[in-house]
Amino acid sequence: MEQSAVPLYFLLARAPPASCGINSQCSIPFVTSLAHFALHIIVTGPLPTFVAMPAIETFGLEKTYTVGFWRKRPRCALLPLNLAVEEGEVFGYLGPNGAGKTTTLKLLMGLMFPTAGCAKILGREVNDPQVKAQIGFLPEQPYFYDYLTARELLEYYAQLSGVGTRARSRRVAAVLERVGLRDVAGVQLRKFSKGMLQRVGIAQAILHDPKVVFLDEPMSGLDPIGRREVRDLMESLKQEGKTVFFSTHILSDAEALCDRVAVLHKGELRGIGVIADLTSSVRGKVEVIWQGGVIPPAIHALSPECHLIGAMARAVVDENQLDAAIDALRRANLKLVSVTPVRATLEDYFVEKLSPAEVAAR
Amino acid sequence: MSRVASIASNTFREAVRDRVLYNLIGFALLMVAASLLVGQISMNIERNVVINLGLTAVSLFGLVIAIFIGIGLVSKEIEKKTLYTILSRPVRRWEFILGKFGGLVATLVVNTFFMAIGIFAAVFYLAHHFQRADSYLLVALYFIILQFVMITALALLFSSFSSPLLSAVFAFALFIIGTFAQDLRGFASLTHGVIGWIAIAAAYVVPNFAALNVISSVAHDQPVAASLVLYNTLYALLYSAAAVAGAMLIFERRNLK
Repeated sequence: MEQSAVPLYFLLARAPPASCGINSQCSIPFVTSLAHFALHIIVTGPLPTFVAMPAIETFGLEKTYTVGFWRKRPRCALLPLNLAVEEGEVFGYLGPNGAGKTTTLKLLMGLMFPTAGCAKILGREVNDPQVKAQIGFLPEQPYFYDYLTARELLEYYAQLSGVGTRARSRRVAAVLERVGLRDVAGVQLRKFSKGMLQRVGIAQAILHDPKVVFLDEPMSGLDPIGRREVRDLMESLKQEGKTVFFSTHILSDAEALCDRVAVLHKGELRGIGVIADLTSSVRGKVEVIWQGGVIPPAIHALSPECHLIGAMARAVVDENQLDAAIDALRRANLKLVSVTPVRATLEDYFVEKLSPAEVAAR
Repeated sequence: MSRVASIASNTFREAVRDRVLYNLIGFALLMVAASLLVGQISMNIERNVVINLGLTAVSLFGLVIAIFIGIGLVSKEIEKKTLYTILSRPVRRWEFILGKFGGLVATLVVNTFFMAIGIFAAVFYLAHHFQRADSYLLVALYFIILQFVMITALALLFSSFSSPLLSAVFAFALFIIGTFAQDLRGFASLTHGVIGWIAIAAAYVVPNFAALNVISSVAHDQPVAASLVLYNTLYALLYSAAAVAGAMLIFERRNLK
């Protein structure tokens, strides 16, 4: 009896909400969840009674603006987006400026209304006050009421987030300490530098101990030390089991922090996945270094990138041509020094996703 | 409701820290000058002149504050993106509007309170005692506050869909038209047919500030009818509630770009 009830619950939990039923895009996650479900049954047998719900889920979320005064024409800021971010994940939302990252975040925060589709956070509609109590948001280039001191601002936000009177001052003090602003807590924000304001922004986002934290370009405008501190803070949020969704165009940050990333360009989701998979999917190259001061012609043929550095020589070849290159070195009796895979970076992936035409031309 | 109160108190704090109440210094100087100088150039009507001048000044000072802060209540928060960190919390949009409105009304009430002290001080300075007719001043001040509530609601309504500059123009224009609302109703009653209907509708949509202006009768020591106090209170509250509700409805659907 119990077993038959479980799949039903699972389907209900993952079914798109009725409000976006008109959108054909919505059926995609539903169908995938059906497929997952079938697979799950085959592989692991009946489901456990509790199925974790994604922390953030979008179903064909779409936003079109109308531009122009006389002749209004639509401009698509976000093409139908289907995304699921699991709880406890650090999720990087990448894309160049104007890709639609901030639009997505505004839709998720309920600051804008989607043209079609819908989004859920912790299984509820984004505008549900219960959801809002459990999320924190750092907008891009934040600006705060500059007539308040850092402590007053955070106390105000704590009130709005429903933090109880007794817990309030304790939470504010703790969070000020955590972002390193304890000594300037009584200074008006108009005297704060950009980096300090960014810290205040992070403080207000984590003030009420939210489950899901949304950060729009959290590293922008910070010096290298500030960036490392933000990075550490995000690490610690992850350790605490929070879900972190952050947008950035700085790839090294995403690479260092994220469990998974999504790449967005011109409002379209170009790719999504685990960093290791994404970077390894980019064609691998291998760096070969040998001693002898000669470059055999066979290597020349394999690699356009050959250099002589004194008695050493270096060539970068495609992974699948490595054997041929090593054979060529053996035949020429040259001493192999090292073979190092040139790890593709997220940057390569990014470039590849952004300009497919360019990649095809290579 | 505690969230509305938090937003209102923050709005009040903003006004105080942005030195809005500094206008009181200007008002105090005006009252001192009026009591000292006007008394010397007007024969036996010092009291009339001081009350007229004082109440008109209260009305204009408050009007300027109501319009210029009122138009920025929402637009400034959108422009500076401070609203993003408010609405990403469990704050409903209507709660935000109501809180901002309440905060500005509270600012205006406190401001009027201090100005009222100034007027009473000037009146006392001239006569060296208070008389029964001085209490009518309180009614006039109450009506002025009702005007502030209405104009704040209108400024908020305009700023929920228009630019700050246009909102200021609209609100100020409505204040001027509303001051002549009785004349407008008189004109409307003279017209006929479709134009008559339109004119009457326009006359009733415009806020009736004329009925809320009892400055000259109070200056002449005439009491204000209790029924007028009741009707004006109901009228101002209903009118403001409609304007604030309109602002909420518009803001509820607005995309914050």
